[in-house]
Amino acid sequence: MKHLLSIEDLDQEAVDGLLDRAESFAEVSKRDIKKVPALRGRTVVTLFYEASTRTSSSFELAAKRLSADVVSVKASGSSVEKGESLKDTVETLSAYDPAAIIIRHPQAGAAQMLSEWVDAAIVNAGDGMHQHPSQALLDLFALRQRIGSIEGRKIWIVGDVLHSRVARSNIQAFSMMGADVTIAGPPTLIPRGIEASGCEVRYGLEGIEEADVVYLLRMQHERMEESFVPSIREYARLFQVNSRRLNPRQLVMHPGPVNRGVEIGGDVIDSDRCLIADQVASGLAVRMAILFELLAHGGETHANAEGPVPIGEPA
Amino acid sequence: MNEVIDGLPEEGAGNGVLPAPLVQRPGPAAKVLIRGAELLDPAAGIAGARDILIEDGTVSRLADPGSLDAGDGVEVIEAEGLHVFPAFFDPHVHFRTPGQEYKEDLETGTRSAAAGGYAGVIAMANTSPPVSSPEQIEALRDRASHVASIPVGFTATVTRDMKGTELTEMAELREAGAVGFTDDGLPIASARILRRALQYQAMTGGRIALHEEDPELSGKGVMNEGIVSSELGLRGVPSISESTMIGRDAAIAGYEGGAIQIQHLSAIESIEQIRRAKLDGVDITCEVTPHHLCLTDEAVRDLDASKHKMNPPLRTESDRQALIEALIDGTIDCIATDHAPHAVHEKEVPYEAANMGVTGLETAFSSIYTELVLPGRITLELLVEKLGCGGIPFGIEPFTLAEGSRANLCLVDLEAEWVVGEDGYESRSVNSWCAGETLRGRILVTLADGQVAFRLRSFSLGVA
Repeated sequence: MKHLLSIEDLDQEAVDGLLDRAESFAEVSKRDIKKVPALRGRTVVTLFYEASTRTSSSFELAAKRLSADVVSVKASGSSVEKGESLKDTVETLSAYDPAAIIIRHPQAGAAQMLSEWVDAAIVNAGDGMHQHPSQALLDLFALRQRIGSIEGRKIWIVGDVLHSRVARSNIQAFSMMGADVTIAGPPTLIPRGIEASGCEVRYGLEGIEEADVVYLLRMQHERMEESFVPSIREYARLFQVNSRRLNPRQLVMHPGPVNRGVEIGGDVIDSDRCLIADQVASGLAVRMAILFELLAHGGETHANAEGPVPIGEPA
Repeated sequence: MNEVIDGLPEEGAGNGVLPAPLVQRPGPAAKVLIRGAELLDPAAGIAGARDILIEDGTVSRLADPGSLDAGDGVEVIEAEGLHVFPAFFDPHVHFRTPGQEYKEDLETGTRSAAAGGYAGVIAMANTSPPVSSPEQIEALRDRASHVASIPVGFTATVTRDMKGTELTEMAELREAGAVGFTDDGLPIASARILRRALQYQAMTGGRIALHEEDPELSGKGVMNEGIVSSELGLRGVPSISESTMIGRDAAIAGYEGGAIQIQHLSAIESIEQIRRAKLDGVDITCEVTPHHLCLTDEAVRDLDASKHKMNPPLRTESDRQALIEALIDGTIDCIATDHAPHAVHEKEVPYEAANMGVTGLETAFSSIYTELVLPGRITLELLVEKLGCGGIPFGIEPFTLAEGSRANLCLVDLEAEWVVGEDGYESRSVNSWCAGETLRGRILVTLADGQVAFRLRSFSLGVA
């Protein structure tokens, strides 16, 4: 694995390997000294063209925990605001000879373009409505920690699938790992022909009791102004997942940030069945694993290597 | 009282006599003998091996192979095994003059066309600024008379500066030499404005070419709406964006007796609209591009905007097959490239941010020959005919190889294999949808209005 651009870059074995690795890193995070020297002397650039809290902070921290030097560039307040093109910005940053560039960009394919322009390993931290592979991997990790394998499990993804890169990566990732994926939402927010990617499509929550996991997507207020839904109130009435709609064995996930009382009831967030905190915690370990696999593991996918490599002593 | 004019007048915007529709840089008249090539001119019923002698820029003799001798100063091409077709005509190219000469200009654009076997093109008016005044038409024609290596015709916009609100001075534009009218690049959103233009056209003539999409339905779409756009997370342009506008505009044209050309047809529903309008007797013609005949939205998966982002977008395999059928059954009148050059920096950006459009003049014949003729999907005769007849909607007759006609022809090696872009392009831009592809069939020489407009560098001519 040279880059992580899309879930399609991985197979089941590679995912399992990454998650095994993440488990060892989760261990490290429980130590007093949380740093390992794996990437000492190497440079990791984070390049964020969109606002982000979880993803940018956890990638940054992941790189630092691996002892890399980290340069964080945000579009606002940088030369991007002066009209510098993506290519020129990236070539400028390449002068620092980064081992990896982690990019978030509002347009699909930006990460792929970087991979064609520079030698660094490219990690897609979200490109337009296209892909967000590290999110899907951390979701898989959180699920594995809680319920083990998701093979044969039923997972419902509910909400604004149309505008969601998380949904696109997760449909692929969940299906690849053997889960049955159903997507549910108002027809205006379901992409045309999405069933071709192997998921079932529903226009309501009837039947949601079959789901082992309910994965909720953020519902943005702009969707109302764009006439995708008549009102957020009606959306919440039809699609909000709250305790009344769930039975105790069902798990709930959400990539954040949540709109309490819109797509998700506050009672669910505060309950045991909610994995949101697990997801955030998984982010750090999984992103350490991604950087480690790309930079410290000779570009080999884990599937081709021996079991987890012992992690070095604290730096 | 104003006199009532029925249909389109043969000539004259109102009263005056119109200038010649096409303009070219003057040059020496060709004196060439092409020996033993396979001639193919389906419309004139010419097929088979012949010698073809061009003197003073005119096809002076066709004769059995090996029977003609070259006179003094006549270039001889030994062409056994090669083919000669009437040169092609493209009614839809973007040459970017004035204002965007960094993408293309009249010189590079016409060179690019000549390299594709074309001896006539019609340039679109969505330049910067758009071509909305008679003075601009005159200036363009003057420029073409200095630099154009093949004859070019110019369109003017339907609405002033393409703003969609006021008509241009269509009569004066015709008198200045506009061969037709188009806001191509943008639809005419207002049905009222299009209706007025079509009413006015009864006096001025000049077909109105329409870029059909409903901006409300296209929204911010960047590719065909369908399975691929859903998986890639790219905003889609639904096929109904095109077909509903064609339905609207065909109805208006039918009601007013106007003449319209539907540009770059892409969707199956659109073909149905055209069929119905033609049955109803509407004066409607339409084009299809080589890329819509050869590619589908599956190609967009590589997110290569330079090769695969254009408007209308590449659609599905069933759309593509329907376009081929419509070309065969005559619903589609001609092949037009919509040659749309863009600079590298406008394409080397994420797919959604890239400009729309691809170049096509240099590869039109070879791409369709490779993708559709060689596998037996369409005949070579049909391809030659449909590449040649694009001028008819604008009153320009197709070129012919018949004795006594001006020499407008291309010499083609159907066996040649070449990699597109390997030796660069004649166009100033490199956003060819075929870049890097291996194609069969190559244009060796093009004669345009009696002049040698192009010869492939690796193919030299001997002088007798």
